[in-house]
Amino acid sequence: MSDPILTLSGVSKSFPGVRALHDISLSLQPGRVTAVIGENGAGKSTIVKILTGIYRPDAGEIRVGGEQKHFSSPRDAWAAGIAAIHQETVMFDELSVAENIFTGHMPTGSTRLVDWAEMRKKSAELLKRIDAPIPPEFKLKRLSVAQKHLVEIARALSHEARVVIMDEPTAALSANEIDDLFRIVEQLKAEGRAIVFISHKFDEIFRIADDFVCLRDGEKVGEGPISSVTEAQLVRMMVGRPVDQVFPKRDVPIGEVVLSVKNLSNATEYADVSFDLRRGEILGLYGLVGAGRTEAMQGLFGITPVTRGTVSLDGRQLSIHSPSDAIAAGISYVPEDRQDQGAILSLGIRENVTLANLSKYVRGLFLSRPAEQEATRSLGRRLAVKAANWEQRLGELSGGNQQKVVIAKWLATRPKVIVLDEPTKGIDVGSKAAVHDFIGELAQDGLAVVLISSELPEVMGLADRVIVMKEGRIVDEFKRGAWSAEQIVGAATGAAKEAA
Amino acid sequence: MKGFVNYRELALGLILVVGVAAIGAYQPVFLAWENISDLLTETSVLFMMALAQMVVILTRGIDLSVAANLALSGMIAALVSQYYPDTPLLLMILAGVITGLVLGLINGGLIAFLGIPPIVVTLGTLAVYRGMIIIIAGGDQVNASEMGAAFQAFPKQVLLGLTSPVWIAIGVSILFWVFLNLTRAGRGLYAVGGNPVAARYCGIDQKKQEMLAYSISGAVAGLCGYLWVARYGVAYSEIANGYELTVIAACVIGGVSIGGGVGSVAGTLLGALFLGIVMTALPVLQISPFWQMAISGAVILAAVVINARAEKRPEKLILPEARRIGRVRA
Repeated sequence: MSDPILTLSGVSKSFPGVRALHDISLSLQPGRVTAVIGENGAGKSTIVKILTGIYRPDAGEIRVGGEQKHFSSPRDAWAAGIAAIHQETVMFDELSVAENIFTGHMPTGSTRLVDWAEMRKKSAELLKRIDAPIPPEFKLKRLSVAQKHLVEIARALSHEARVVIMDEPTAALSANEIDDLFRIVEQLKAEGRAIVFISHKFDEIFRIADDFVCLRDGEKVGEGPISSVTEAQLVRMMVGRPVDQVFPKRDVPIGEVVLSVKNLSNATEYADVSFDLRRGEILGLYGLVGAGRTEAMQGLFGITPVTRGTVSLDGRQLSIHSPSDAIAAGISYVPEDRQDQGAILSLGIRENVTLANLSKYVRGLFLSRPAEQEATRSLGRRLAVKAANWEQRLGELSGGNQQKVVIAKWLATRPKVIVLDEPTKGIDVGSKAAVHDFIGELAQDGLAVVLISSELPEVMGLADRVIVMKEGRIVDEFKRGAWSAEQIVGAATGAAKEAA
Repeated sequence: MKGFVNYRELALGLILVVGVAAIGAYQPVFLAWENISDLLTETSVLFMMALAQMVVILTRGIDLSVAANLALSGMIAALVSQYYPDTPLLLMILAGVITGLVLGLINGGLIAFLGIPPIVVTLGTLAVYRGMIIIIAGGDQVNASEMGAAFQAFPKQVLLGLTSPVWIAIGVSILFWVFLNLTRAGRGLYAVGGNPVAARYCGIDQKKQEMLAYSISGAVAGLCGYLWVARYGVAYSEIANGYELTVIAACVIGGVSIGGGVGSVAGTLLGALFLGIVMTALPVLQISPFWQMAISGAVILAAVVINARAEKRPEKLILPEARRIGRVRA
């Protein structure tokens, strides 16, 4: 084996309350594709951000070509020959392909002005090298996602990148486009570059990777040539820990069917989503990021139009065209990004709590402040919101308390069904336990809960039943007690048969 | 929310009181009831227009067409008075209001249903509405002698020492306060402007809220169109030219956030009053009117700077000692 192009040794990185990476070492060989795998939140993106100079590691060293490097900005990483192709392309839609390729290092003549002819010529050469017939003068917004990836690869080549990082590059590509991309990856390999390939899809990993590094909870739990492992072994490595004991599950009697969803479909995001949900039941909705779980639940809630399928509540078929229809019927949806999609920071706590069902607080012609205050007080106390008073502006509260207010808002609608989308994403361990306990309490109060979560321990700890979605469809269903972490991850990644 | 806004309004009110007292000390005539009544009458249109503009800005919008709307609605009311002098006064006023409302609905429709940015739509309709005045009036103006007597007399009527425009402004202000504080639609405006996505998840229809905001803005401009034309006794295409900027300035000084979702009736009224005082006080102090614009401009910048500082997000409490203080405060 030749000398590695890049090595990480003992790299750690922490954020307040979270250990993102701990003592990670890896080395990238020229002409080899290294797959970095792990569950959501295992630390894959943190590695990418450290390699590209966006984060600085707390400890450990980075060596490129044997020489120790300190990246203080993405520019330093570029200069060291490291280029990344991101999940969502980070480029400039309104600029031309050539400008995108040469952003930050446009060729200039003796006049110090941009040499457009030279830039277009070089762009055309680079695109030709990867067999991408895209005119350099096209505006980027005219291109497909696959073509944008090609432009990013051309940009990496323009820097003479020796390490090319691809962070889920196939997420939005069709099968043919993936074939094209992989052909280019082979070519980059043949040119002696090292490639980091991050993907959730096992078939792709086994097809393109030479080596693998497996992460779990920020630690490296396995590495080696990909030919030395099976899918089942990888799944076990990813999941790893015993998960059943993490959260004490409340024992709640499960009642009659409340919500019945049949063949819920939308043209591009999800199809034939069907399930029943009972009183007191917590239904886990597991899948990889981008499996269509959030999209399907947004359709259910009336945020986005549904093309086909029916939703019934208590045996009565609903006609939901907007969130207000869903709220009126008794369905609540607590969105994933509570800062952006839930909290109105400029309004007071009371105004936030009552917003989703204001009509309930109308007495005669006008809103009744005492009625609003009463509801806010009782929910605020129940959720232990810490605030100076209930009129305080939401923006003045801490993030955790803002989240509680958003949840209070949805409980104020007195729902029968509540959909929680990644309820513990981005909160620290202590708050997590409180949220989990609270979800159990909701079920105990007789609500039917849909829990969208990408964290397997959370799903397995809380849910009575788990539905697994993959590529917009339900692929499997597991009952509490009759499941294993391997089976669930296997179903979500498409490695089901080998893992079972 | 309340504590902070009150503090701001209190500060602005204090500046006004001190300023007025200082001017009064220098020129006691400024504090004469006659002068104050004049000032309020002069500012009454600005009070109402600023409140209406605030409603639009709350939704993250802007209505640049208000002054053109005022001029066109005023012209329609004046033409009704000229050609159908027997029409009851109330109907003439209503002609102005309805014209304004329709013009506002046009803005709202283009913004809500075609998704064109408010600044572009109202910049366009500003020019269109001004142009329409020339077309419908045949390029002419309507003079005092051509308007009915009752039409012109109404804005000069006095009740309890205040003129009718001031009473109308008081009534409109109360309506706005009730609407914004005690109705679902009013709360919806704050929600849509504060966080459109969150509002949508709460079942609030942004399009409806925008239609509502621009209709209100239009109808108020129509009402003010009548008052303006009747008070000054002339209607032509150039009246209130550029007035939209004064209106927006009053909002900004009054603490309305251009980013949407933040603003109060009291603050906006104070902002309008501030500009009203600046405009009437400078002549009294024998300061050149050229200074007016510079002074109101400086005040706007100062207000924006103060707002920006106050809007700064609270910092995270990571240091243990900072957390301790934070906990004490909470």
